Amino acid sequence: MKMLSVLEHPRLRGGVHAEEHKTATATLPINLQFPLPKKLYIPVQQHVGKPAEPLVKVGEQVLKGQLLAYSQGTISAPIHAPSSGTIIDVLDYPAPHPSALPIRTIILETDGREQWIKTPAVADPFQLDAEEICLRVGAAGVVGLGGAVFPSAVKLNLGRKNSIHTLLINGGECEPYLTCDDRLMQERSEQIISGVRLMLRGMHGNRAIIGIEDNKPAAFAAMQTASQGFAEIEVVQVPARYPMGWDRQMLRYLTGWEIPADGRATDIGVVIHNVATAYAVYKAVILGQPLISRVVTVAGSAVGKPQNIEVLIGTLISELLDFCQADSQQTARLIIGGPMMGDALPLSEVPVVKACNGILALSHQDIAEPEVQPCIRCSQCVEACPVGLLPLEMASRIRVNQLEAAVDLGLKDCINCGSCSYVCPSNIPLVHYFKFASGELFKRQRQAHKAEQTKRLAEDRQQRMARIRQEADLEAQRTMEARAARARELEAATATAANSAHEVN
Amino acid sequence: MYIFSAILILTAMGWLFGLSLGIASKYLKVENDPLVERIEALMPGSQCGQCGFPGCRPAAEALASGSAPVNLCPPGGNLLIEQLANLLGMAVDLSQSEDEEPLVARVSEATCTGCTRCFKVCPTDAIVGAPKQIHAVVADACIGCKKCVAVCPTECLQMHPVSVTLRDWRWPKPLANA
Repeated sequence: MKMLSVLEHPRLRGGVHAEEHKTATATLPINLQFPLPKKLYIPVQQHVGKPAEPLVKVGEQVLKGQLLAYSQGTISAPIHAPSSGTIIDVLDYPAPHPSALPIRTIILETDGREQWIKTPAVADPFQLDAEEICLRVGAAGVVGLGGAVFPSAVKLNLGRKNSIHTLLINGGECEPYLTCDDRLMQERSEQIISGVRLMLRGMHGNRAIIGIEDNKPAAFAAMQTASQGFAEIEVVQVPARYPMGWDRQMLRYLTGWEIPADGRATDIGVVIHNVATAYAVYKAVILGQPLISRVVTVAGSAVGKPQNIEVLIGTLISELLDFCQADSQQTARLIIGGPMMGDALPLSEVPVVKACNGILALSHQDIAEPEVQPCIRCSQCVEACPVGLLPLEMASRIRVNQLEAAVDLGLKDCINCGSCSYVCPSNIPLVHYFKFASGELFKRQRQAHKAEQTKRLAEDRQQRMARIRQEADLEAQRTMEARAARARELEAATATAANSAHEVN
Repeated sequence: MYIFSAILILTAMGWLFGLSLGIASKYLKVENDPLVERIEALMPGSQCGQCGFPGCRPAAEALASGSAPVNLCPPGGNLLIEQLANLLGMAVDLSQSEDEEPLVARVSEATCTGCTRCFKVCPTDAIVGAPKQIHAVVADACIGCKKCVAVCPTECLQMHPVSVTLRDWRWPKPLANA
C-alpha cells in the first residue's frame, strides 16, 4: 500500500495520514462577533529577530493601529495597537510558550471606541513601486503567519535582490484541527489574490503558484474563481498528507525542485509565503491597516463550540476559551498551534500573538499517554520522515549524549514535524529528543562563543600580569642602581674628604 | 685568472649553503608536539585549575601523554569530552554524564569589606572594585570557577545558578528510558 502511494506521488517523501478533525470548524463562517476585551496584552516580540522597542509611555492614549513599538535592526517587525485606549503598563508578562517565561509586554486598556488612526489611502495600489510595497508591508508589521513569523518585508526585499522567478503561496494547512486558512480562502479569496499580486509586484516576480490540499475543495473552488483573469497566478491542488504544508515538501511536489540543505528557497529562485500572510499584505498595502488581528481556530474535544474567530492580537487565550465554551475541567492539555507541531501551554492567561493559528483544548481521551517501549527497529519512522533522515538512529545517539554523532546523521535538517513520533509503535518521544538536541547544540554554540571570550580575557590578564611584573622588576633594578650609585658617591665623597684631611695633615 | 674562479666558486658555495639551510629550516623544523597544541586549542583556556593541573597547557600535555582522563575539565562539559574523545580516538560513555548547571558568582554588598582578594585571583577579570570599595561581578565574564569563593574572608561571594530567560530556554531531555 505504501509502495503504491509512492508510485502515485513520486515527488512525495514520507509523511503520515493523521485523523483530520477539521469538519467541525471548516463548515462554519469566521466569527467576527468576539467582544472587545477590556485589556490587551501585546508582547514586543512576536516575530523572528530582534524584539521591537516600545515608544509609548504608561498613561498615553493610543488610537487603533498606532505604532506601539518600532522594529530594531534589519530582521525585526513593529508592533501596533490592536484597539484604541490607554497604555496602563509595560512589564514582563508570561509568554504563550511552553515555558511560560516572561516577555516584555505592553498592556493596553481599551476604551471601547475602536477609533482608527488615519490610514494612508492609496489611489491605485497596483501602480506602486516595488520598494514602496515592501516599505508598507514592513511598516505594517506583517510577518509569516504560517507559524514561522519571519518578517515578510525582508523576504520580499530578498526576492527583489535575488531574481526570483516563482512565488509559492502555501495553502496547505496540513495540521489536523486547524481550518483558519481554509476559512480565510473560502471567505476572502479575492483579497488574498490581491495580496498575492502585490507580493509579486513587490519582488518583481512574474509567476505565482497557490498550493491547496485536496481536503479543502471549497477553498480551492473559491480561490480558482478569484484568480480567473490573472494569468500569472495558478491555483493547484496537492494531496492531503501531513506535512504537506512544509514549504520544501510542497515545492518539491509542485515543481520537483529541491532546496539545498543549508540554503534558502531564494537560492533556487523561489519565495514561499502563507495564504494568511498574503491577506495581511492586502490589508497593509490597500487598506493601510497594520497587522493587529488574525483568524484563530479554537477546537478540541473539550471545546463546546469549536469555531474560527477573528481576534485582536493581545487577547487572552483564556477569554477566547470562555467564549467558545471550553470546559476547563475536561481540558487535559492546552495547545497553541496544531497538534503535531504546536506547544503545550502550562496556563491559559497568555495572549494571542501573530504566530497563533490555533488553540486546542484536548480532553483526556485525546491524549492517551501510553508507556514508552524499547525501539524494535521497525523503521516506520524512517518511512515517515519527510526529510529522509533516520530518526531511530539519531535518537539512540542523543540518548547517550553523543550529539555530534547525531549531527552527522543530519539532525540539523530535522524540521520537528513529529511524523516519526506519530507512527512509532513503541511510543518513543522521537521528536522530543530532536528538540532537546537542537536546543543543546544551540547551548553549546553559545558556550563555544563564551569560551572564546574567556580565552581572550584570560590572555589579556596574563599579558597584563607579565607587564606589571616586568615593570616591577625594572623599577627594582632602577632602585638598586640608584642605591649603588649613591653608595659610590658617598664612598667617593668620604675618600676625597679623607684625602683632603690627609693633605691638611 | 685564479682570482675569478675563486670568487665564482665561493659565491656558488654561499648560494648553495644558504639555500640548503633555508630548505632545512622550513622542512626540518623542530616543532612542539602538535597534538598538545590541538588539545590546548579545544580547552577553555581560562587557566582556572579545576582539573588539578596548574593551567590548560599542562592539562593538555597530560591528556596527550594519556595520564589524564578526557572528562577532566568541568567547564568544558560534554562538548569538550566528545571533542577530546574524537581527537584522541577513544570511545567514551556519555550516557551518565550531565553538564553542570552554569553558575555565576555574586557579591553580597552587606558583607563585602573591599579586601581586593577576589579580583586578584579572578582569571578573567570578571570582578571589579577598588580597595575598601564594594566589589561587583560582571556576570557575562564570570566562568563560575569558584576561585573567588575560596579566598573571600567574609563569605560574601556566593555561586548562583544563571536565571533562564525566554531566549535561552531549551527543551529538557526526555525522561523515558527507551
